Amino acid sequence: MDVEAFLSALTFQAGYNTTIVTIGAILLGWAGGMVGTFLLLRRRSLVSDALSHATLPGVGIAFLVMASLGGTGRFLPGLLLGAALSALAGLATVEWITRRTRLQADAAIGAVLSVFFGFGIVLLTVIQSVQIGQQAGIGSFLLGSTSGMLRSEAITLAVLAGGTALAVFFLRRTLTLVAFDETFARARGISIRRSDLLLMLLVLAVTVTGLRIVGLVLIIALVIIPPVAARFWTERVDHMLLISAGIGAVSGYLGTALSASIDDLPTGPIIVLVATGLFAVSLLFAPVRGVFSGLYRARAFSWKVHRRQGLLALNRGEAIYDKKTIFVLLAEGFMRRDGSITPPGVVAAKLAAEEEALWSLYLRENPDSLHRAHGMLLDPIEERLGAGEINALRLRHYAATRQTVEAMA
Amino acid sequence: MAVYLGLTIVPILIGLLAAVAAALLGNFLVLKRQSLMGDAVSHVVLPGIIVAFVTTGSMDAGPMLVGAAIAALVAAVLIEIIRVLGKVEPGAAMGVVFTALFAFGIVLLEQTDTGAIHFDVEHALYGNLESLVWLAGLEWSALTDPAALAELPPQLPRVAAALVVVIAFFCVAWRPLVIATFDPVFAAASGVPVRLVDGALIALVAIVAVTAFEAVGAIITIAMLICPPAAARLMTDNLVRQLLLSVVFAAIAASFGYLAAGAGVALFVSGVAVSAAGMIATVSGLILALAALFGPRRLGARA
Repeated sequence: MDVEAFLSALTFQAGYNTTIVTIGAILLGWAGGMVGTFLLLRRRSLVSDALSHATLPGVGIAFLVMASLGGTGRFLPGLLLGAALSALAGLATVEWITRRTRLQADAAIGAVLSVFFGFGIVLLTVIQSVQIGQQAGIGSFLLGSTSGMLRSEAITLAVLAGGTALAVFFLRRTLTLVAFDETFARARGISIRRSDLLLMLLVLAVTVTGLRIVGLVLIIALVIIPPVAARFWTERVDHMLLISAGIGAVSGYLGTALSASIDDLPTGPIIVLVATGLFAVSLLFAPVRGVFSGLYRARAFSWKVHRRQGLLALNRGEAIYDKKTIFVLLAEGFMRRDGSITPPGVVAAKLAAEEEALWSLYLRENPDSLHRAHGMLLDPIEERLGAGEINALRLRHYAATRQTVEAMA
Repeated sequence: MAVYLGLTIVPILIGLLAAVAAALLGNFLVLKRQSLMGDAVSHVVLPGIIVAFVTTGSMDAGPMLVGAAIAALVAAVLIEIIRVLGKVEPGAAMGVVFTALFAFGIVLLEQTDTGAIHFDVEHALYGNLESLVWLAGLEWSALTDPAALAELPPQLPRVAAALVVVIAFFCVAWRPLVIATFDPVFAAASGVPVRLVDGALIALVAIVAVTAFEAVGAIITIAMLICPPAAARLMTDNLVRQLLLSVVFAAIAASFGYLAAGAGVALFVSGVAVSAAGMIATVSGLILALAALFGPRRLGARA
């Protein structure tokens, strides 16, 4: 790998075309990340797979038409228009099959993507063998390539990507509403069908723009991987949109720069691998749902359970046999190795017993709070309840205890 | 006439066997609403095959199958992890895993010196069925000549073996497979190892994908896993009839597709080559379109 070339691509010093393409890839990643978030929330991520594969026949037909009209078949806007039209046809076919036959969406998507792609391959092989209209570069629609891109092509793509990113930005409120609360959106007078169609058009725009850079086989990664990665960082839609768009943009940026500095690397797979790397980081290290934070939380929870149960046992003067409980009590300095309780242990045990009593009274009075009680009952009560609530609980606890004592006497 | 034996019949036979094996399995994927598992598996076997090639340096069937099986297993585990931890729909988890692995496979492919083998991305996507000719088999007598038979493209026995494995699986596990497909809850309650059956089905899809992949490319595998069974599903409510119909449709698509691609050569000026794999996928799409428009059971229970 050429580090110097990589750095110059990163700092937009690697020539006009590379710079424009890099900016285009950043905008494309941004738009893909946002559009993908809505797709994920609408549970339609894989429709984009049918859409992207369905572009191929359009590219082939557009090429043949333009070449037979005597021009160059490589005219990018023409090819992209063809791609968009045939992707629309593919989308309509998926819709028609799922609405009008007993087949489910999965079969419709799979059928459309394989048949359209197969037909596209037929057209590509025809083009390759008839030798017309400057066909070099037509293969780059499969896996994407930024090398040998014309300046006009780079500008077209950057403008398209920017336009798509802008469109998503302006439509984000409506799309969020529909994705999150369909019923409420309908009540607000938003047509779900229209909004879904709009979303599909945005996916189409991302797909078509991405064809030349990422390639049609992998363009769906740009709308699927960033939002799923973002899902690990947050539970909020607005944050998810931003994180997803950011991951997409960084993938486009680093991926284009990397592929500009390593020979023989198709741009698409590199962008996708960068996105995959960011995804892996999210999966492992994200604080909300990441693997490690999950493991940490599970450990912390188990520690608290043993601490509380151990202290309650100490308070009752019972012997403790559980190894983990003994370990926790020793580590916290509440117990000595011979099993006797330490002075701080005495105080902590009394506190634990009182807190346990207050919490159990609280649960008896608020049985419906059980569903969010998980873990809460192990925390210091003053961190979870207000002062007034604790005081009231304590008063009722005293009264109840006094009653018990009187009844026993 | 005998010339067709080696130049046309052998490639058609390879395409046909691969198509039928895929279509048989596809019936259950379509019924289980897991058609896109076929899509995912066909993509995922690519990195497996390439890693196997890089580590062993050979293009033998053995290492390739092992590599693809490992890749499919890794993919299945990853999909499950992402689905559970990320709480996303299985489709999105699948999309993440198969695009990531496929991208990895392509980068590996481009970075490996593939000069030694005739293998590139185009090959991986749409194969090269036309090149699988049997040059020793230009005379009828070759059918009984062991020396000539040894020259048969190795892909032919491989796809045949894959088909035999699929049929054997159906014979052995027919009842659990059917019950697990139509009513997984009842199946689990009556002691059918549903997860095992599901796993075996995906493993078979991977096996067919590997053998077909090398012979005809990923695109035929996906098309044949989905289109013939989907078309057959629109024709009948009877599972056995659906299976048989899907086999017929797959056979028609494979042979007509191959011949149509060949006719394309004659139709245009000489030297025009049309991808047979693409043509086979196209014909299977036409069959599905006809079934969707006119199939007697196209509306299912809604009719």
